[in-house]
Amino acid sequence: MDLFSTFFNIPVLMQSLPQLMNGLLVTIGIGATSIIAGLIGGLFLAVLRLYAGPVVTGLVRAYIDVFRSIPLLVLLIIVYYALPFVGIRLSPFFSAVTALTLVSAAYTAEIFRAGIEAIPKGQFEASAALGLSNRYIMTDVILPQAIRIVIPPLTNNCINVLKDTALASVVAMPDLLKQATQAQALSANPTPLIGAAVIYLILLLPMVRYVAHLEKRFSRGRS
Amino acid sequence: MKAPLIKISNLRKTYGQFVALHGIDLDIAQGEVLCVVGPSGSGKSTLIRCINHLEPFEAGSEITVDGIPVRPGPDLDQVRAEVGMVFQSFNLFPHMTVLRNVMLAPIRVRKMSEADAEKRARDLLERVGISVQADKYPAQLSGGQQQRVAIARALAMEPKVLLFDEPTSALDPEMVGEVLDVMKKLAGTGVTMVVVTHEMGFARQVADRVLFMDGGAIIEAGTPTEIFDAPKEERTRNFLHAVLDH
Repeated sequence: MDLFSTFFNIPVLMQSLPQLMNGLLVTIGIGATSIIAGLIGGLFLAVLRLYAGPVVTGLVRAYIDVFRSIPLLVLLIIVYYALPFVGIRLSPFFSAVTALTLVSAAYTAEIFRAGIEAIPKGQFEASAALGLSNRYIMTDVILPQAIRIVIPPLTNNCINVLKDTALASVVAMPDLLKQATQAQALSANPTPLIGAAVIYLILLLPMVRYVAHLEKRFSRGRS
Repeated sequence: MKAPLIKISNLRKTYGQFVALHGIDLDIAQGEVLCVVGPSGSGKSTLIRCINHLEPFEAGSEITVDGIPVRPGPDLDQVRAEVGMVFQSFNLFPHMTVLRNVMLAPIRVRKMSEADAEKRARDLLERVGISVQADKYPAQLSGGQQQRVAIARALAMEPKVLLFDEPTSALDPEMVGEVLDVMKKLAGTGVTMVVVTHEMGFARQVADRVLFMDGGAIIEAGTPTEIFDAPKEERTRNFLHAVLDH
């Protein structure tokens, strides 16, 4: 019974649950903001990388490489602890969102680029031959086809961003993990940590299953 | 005399060291049906892909369509709106219904209303014999049907000229006829057509003028009778011998 009262202590769990739920909201807030900003930034970067002049293309490629290489925790600590020295002072929330978005946009850009490049050349030629402007070629012909291809890897990226929000606890952000560690300290019992782990699983397992389902459906859809 | 609809002068195209087109000069008249024949790699597809600038060409080359120079820049979309193209591999938009495929460019480029575009699209699909399949997706159609939709899609822009890049080469033999029939009907309506093809029977029957190309140059041009019955050049004779006598 010692194991149960240590890790699965129901009264402790009940007591910490409101705190954990507040943490969950913060986690979802950071995650959703970063995912949306990362999607927009990534699409923008992907189109620049494919169609801008050589200088811009080179800069975008450098951005993508740097932010895919740097550890997120290092970036987050730089944003929160180093930027104030040059007068940029971001709240814990915006520090976390900034770091997550910078990295997510880099990954998303590569996903979109691969999706756009997977569209046959004939689709670009047929729409150009009709006199469609570059904008309509993208929005009417290429992107609707590319989206189908990129949904599984994009969902995967969303899962990664949501998981990485846990790093925000390092910059004193009261996210799910931070709330759990505080509740643990308060009650001198690790049950809140187990509770947080279960909440992460409830949030992310369906998304993981969904990606698996999409990938299966997609591979079946191709002859 | 009327100015030609398409004027090509000194058209040169190279891929690295390889010269695909050696300074082509060619005028195409309003209403003319021009068939371009020749062996693979002779530059005939490259030639028509230059007319709407799907292939960029070398400096010093000049192409005008209805007086508008073909070159990168703001005028290019305008030229392309007047030049319809039908591809060997159809290139229909797979995520749109057949009807939407035909409606897209009139709405986006000609700023036509949905209702007008739909009416025009249904009329054109009727003309090419695909009206029953209007709400299907391209993948649900046979190759011959897809190519007829592609012709309707090009016609929806009411182009001044239609370019056909080997339109029957990717088709199963039993579907070639239905596409050629649509093209024959079109030729009778007075639309200007430039057709790259291996269908010698079609060229003989429908063309006003036949162009024989080899090695990136026009070797011989003339009426179908001149080219097919009395070719002057050795290379033309050899080619026709190879494709016709077996």
